[in-house]
Amino acid sequence: MTDILASSAATAVPARAARARSERSWGSAVVMTLYLLFLLLPIYWLVNMSLKTNNEILGGFSLWPVDPTLANYATILTDPSWYMGYVNSLIYVVLNTVISVAVALPAAYAFSRYSFLGDKHLFFWLLTNRMAPPAVFALPFFQLYSAVGLFDTHIAVALAHCLFNVPLAVWILEGFMRGVPREIDETAWIDGYSFPRFFLRIFLPLIASGVGVAAFFCFMFSWVELLLSRTLTSVNAKPIASTMTRTVSASGLDWGVLAAAGVLTIIPGALVIWFVRNYIAKGFALGRV
Amino acid sequence: MKPIDNRAWLLVLPVLVLVAFSAVVPLMTVVNYSVQDSFGSNEFFWNGIGWFDDLLHSERMWDALGRQILFSAIVLLIEVPLGILIALHMPRKGFWSSLCLVLMALPLLIPFNVVGTIWQIFGRVDIGLLGRAVAALGIDYNYTRDAIDAWVTIVVMDVWHWTSLIALLAYAGLRSIPQAYYQAAEIDQASRWAVFRFIELPKMRGVLVIAILLRFMDSFMIYTEPFVVTGGGPGNATTFLSIDLVKMALGQFDLGPAAAFSIMYFLVILLVSWAFYTVMTNLDREEGPR
Amino acid sequence: MARITLRNLAHSYLAQPRGEEEFALKELDHDWADGEAYALLGASGCGKTTLLNIISGLIRPSQGRILFDGHDVTDAPTAARNIAQVFQFPVVYDTLTVRDNLAFPLRNRGLPPAQVAARVQAVARMLGLEESLPRRARGLTADAKQKISLGRGMVRQDVNAILFDEPLTVIDPQMKWELRTQLKALHREFGHTMIYVTHDQTEALTFASRVVVMHEGRVVQIGTPQDLFERPAHTFVGYFIGSPGMNVLPARVEGDRAHLPGGAIPLGRGYAPLSGRTEIGIRPEFARLSATEGLPVAIRRVEDVGRHRIVRADLGGRPLDIVLPEGGPLGPDMTRVTFDPAHVGVFADGWRVEGEAAR
Repeated sequence: MTDILASSAATAVPARAARARSERSWGSAVVMTLYLLFLLLPIYWLVNMSLKTNNEILGGFSLWPVDPTLANYATILTDPSWYMGYVNSLIYVVLNTVISVAVALPAAYAFSRYSFLGDKHLFFWLLTNRMAPPAVFALPFFQLYSAVGLFDTHIAVALAHCLFNVPLAVWILEGFMRGVPREIDETAWIDGYSFPRFFLRIFLPLIASGVGVAAFFCFMFSWVELLLSRTLTSVNAKPIASTMTRTVSASGLDWGVLAAAGVLTIIPGALVIWFVRNYIAKGFALGRV
Repeated sequence: MKPIDNRAWLLVLPVLVLVAFSAVVPLMTVVNYSVQDSFGSNEFFWNGIGWFDDLLHSERMWDALGRQILFSAIVLLIEVPLGILIALHMPRKGFWSSLCLVLMALPLLIPFNVVGTIWQIFGRVDIGLLGRAVAALGIDYNYTRDAIDAWVTIVVMDVWHWTSLIALLAYAGLRSIPQAYYQAAEIDQASRWAVFRFIELPKMRGVLVIAILLRFMDSFMIYTEPFVVTGGGPGNATTFLSIDLVKMALGQFDLGPAAAFSIMYFLVILLVSWAFYTVMTNLDREEGPR
Repeated sequence: MARITLRNLAHSYLAQPRGEEEFALKELDHDWADGEAYALLGASGCGKTTLLNIISGLIRPSQGRILFDGHDVTDAPTAARNIAQVFQFPVVYDTLTVRDNLAFPLRNRGLPPAQVAARVQAVARMLGLEESLPRRARGLTADAKQKISLGRGMVRQDVNAILFDEPLTVIDPQMKWELRTQLKALHREFGHTMIYVTHDQTEALTFASRVVVMHEGRVVQIGTPQDLFERPAHTFVGYFIGSPGMNVLPARVEGDRAHLPGGAIPLGRGYAPLSGRTEIGIRPEFARLSATEGLPVAIRRVEDVGRHRIVRADLGGRPLDIVLPEGGPLGPDMTRVTFDPAHVGVFADGWRVEGEAAR
C-alpha cells in the first residue's frame, strides 16, 4: 500500500520540496526588495535634493550630491518663520492626541461594557464623522473658530482634528476593551474599587497597547493633515506643512530648501514608528483580529 | 449580553459634546447656507432647494464626481491586490520583519503635502529621477501638460502612499492564523493557491473589509496630494471633488453652491460606505449563523 | 499502512544543544507496528507533541532517522509521507461546506469524483455528519468542527498512519466518550496505524492497545494498559497511571525483604544489593487494611468514590492510599496495612528493578 514511498520517490521528493521552499523564499525576497525600493526611491531623491544647492539641482543631473551641503537645513533651523512651523505642528498634534484619547477612553468603555438607549445609532453616527471630507468642513470651521475667537490658535486645529480622530480612537479602543473579560471589572467592584480608581489602576494597564495604538493613529492622522490646519491658521499657529506651500509660491521655488523642509517633516513620523516598531503588526490589527 | 445601564451616557458625554461642537455645528452651518442665497456679505434669503437643483444639472459637478469615482476605483483595484501580495511575501519574524514594517509604515506618516512635494519633484523631467528615467526611455512624459501623464503620476503616488496600509492590515490578519492551519493544509496536500483561497483569504476578510472601507473613504476625500502635484490640472483633468469644493468655497466664496455640494458629497460617501458594509455583513449571514 | 521505525531519534529546539537537558526529546529507538493503535501519554510539555510532529514531518529531528516500512523519510516533507493528522483545535476550511472539507484531501490528490463522493459519504455516515454535509463549516459548533477534522483524517484510505494530537480537548465529556468509541470502531474496521497523543490516562487506556508513556522528553515505558498498571517501569508511570496513583515509599531493600518505617515487609522476589535511591511501589488496589498484621498506619480520611472507597492514610510520615473494595470492612481497630508481595515493585533511582524469583 505504501508504494508512494518507493525508493526513488523517497529520495526525489525531499530534494524537490527543498528546492520549492527555497525558490519561494527567494521569490519573497525579490518581491519585498522591489516594493521597498519603490517606497524608498522617492524619499531618497528628496534627501538627495536637500543636500544640494539650488544651482546644483537646476544646473545638472546627478544621482547623488556631488558637493553635499547642509546649507538648506541651516536655512530652516535658523529662521524662526521656518522652524516655528515644526513647533506649531507638534503642539497641536500632541494636544489633539491627548484630547482624542482622553475623551475616547470613557466612551469606548461605555460602548464595550453597557447597552444603553441609542448606543448603536450613536456609535454609527460617530463613525460617520470619520467619513466626513475635511474639504466639507473647511469653511464652516473657519467661520466657527473665527466666531469664538479661536482662529489661528493651536487648540483650534487640535479640536478640528478631533472630528476624525475621536471616532477612530473610540472605535480602536472599543475593539481592545472588548477583549478584556468583564469578570475583571466585576472582581474589582467586589473588591471595593471606585470607578475612577478601577479604571486608572486596573483597566488602563490592561489596554495599554490599545491606548498606544489609538495614540499612534491619532498622531499619524493629525500630523499628515494639511487642509484644515492650513485653513484655521495664519501666523501664530501655522503648521510646517503650510509654511512649505507658501514658501514655494513666494520665493520662486528654492528646491533645496523645500526638499530639506520635507525631509524634516518625515523625521518625527519616522521616530514614532521606530519607537512602536514592535507593536506595529499587532497595532494594525486594531484589536479586531 | 451587556447589561443595560443608561448611566453609560455620562461616559459618552465628553465625546458627544466634542464631536457635536466640531461636527454638528459646522454641519448646521452648511445646511443653512445650502438653502440660502446672498448678494452681499451678510444678507441672506431663502433659496429652497435651488442650489441642489443647480448642482444636479451642473456638468462641472458630474465631471468631478466621475473623475473621483474613476480615481477611487483605480487605486482600490491596484492597492488591494498589491497590498495582499506584499503581506504574503513579508518576512514573518526577526530583524527583517521589523525592518520591513518600519520602512513600509514610513510613507503613512509623511504629511500629505510633503507626499505631493516628493512626487512633484520626483516626476519632473528636468530634476526628478522618475521624470528623467521615463524620458530616457523615449517616452514623452510631462505631468503638468498631459492629462494621462498627470493621472498616472497621481495614481502611482497614491499607490506609493497607501498600499502599505493595506499590506500592514492584511499582514496583521495573516499573523493571527494559527500554525495548525498551515500544517493541516500541508497534510491535506493543498496547493499554495488553495492555502491562500481557503485559509488566508477567509481569515483576512475582517481586516480587509476595514482596509477597503478606509481606502475608499480616504481616496474619495483626497485633496492635498494631487493639489500639490497638479493643482487640479492640466485643465480640470485631475480636479477631484475636494479640490473643486475648496475652489468653490474658499476660492470663489460661493457659499450656497459650495454648501449644497458639501452635503451631496458627504451623502455619497455615507451611502457607498453603508452599502459596502451592509453587503459584506449580509454575505456573512448567508454563510450561516456565527 | 506502514511500520514506522524511529532510529536514534532525538530533537532539540536549540540549534546547538549542550547537554541532554536541552533536548526536548531524548534519544529514542522504537518500532511502531503496522496497524496498531498507540497512545502517547504524558504530562504537558513532556515532548509528546514534538515526537508526533517529527513523525508527521512538521519538524525535522536534530538527529536520527525515521523509516516508513524501511524507507528513510527523515527529509521527506509532510505531503510525501502520506499521513493524516488531527489537531487539538478544530482546523476546518471555514468558507467550504462540510462536504468540500471532507473531500479536500482527496481532491488535492486527484481522485476521481465518484470515488471522492463515495468516501465522503462513508466517512460522514460513520461520524454522523450526513445531515450537515451541504452546510458551510463556519457556522458549526466546536464538536461538529472537530468531527470534520477527524473526518478529513479518516477520509483517505491509503494513509500510512493517522496521528491525533489531543483531538478531544475541546469536546464535551459526553461527546468525548462517543467519539472515542467511534475512533476505536474505525480502527477495528480499517486497521490504520494510529498514534494518539493525550495527557488523559482514561483516553489513552481505553483507546490504545499499546501505550507509550513519556516523561521529561524520555519514553519511560511502552506496553499494554495491563503492563503499565501491574508492572510500571518507572515510578512516574506508577503514579501517573491509576487513580489514585501508585504509592511510592522510600525503603531499604535487603534480599527479599524491604524495610520501611514501622517494620519490614516481604517481597515476591529477591534482590541483589541496590545502589542509589531505593523505593518500593505498591498500587492502592493491592494494599489491605488489617486489624492484626502488617505495618501500623494512621488513617486520615476515607473518600467514597462510588464503586470503591479510598482510604487516605499516613505511614511513617508518608501519605499512603489504600483502595477498599465495595463492602470491604472498615473498622476503628483496623490500623495496620499489608501489601500483596507479588505486586510490590522495587525501584532504584526511579527505574524498576527486576528481582530474581524467590527460592
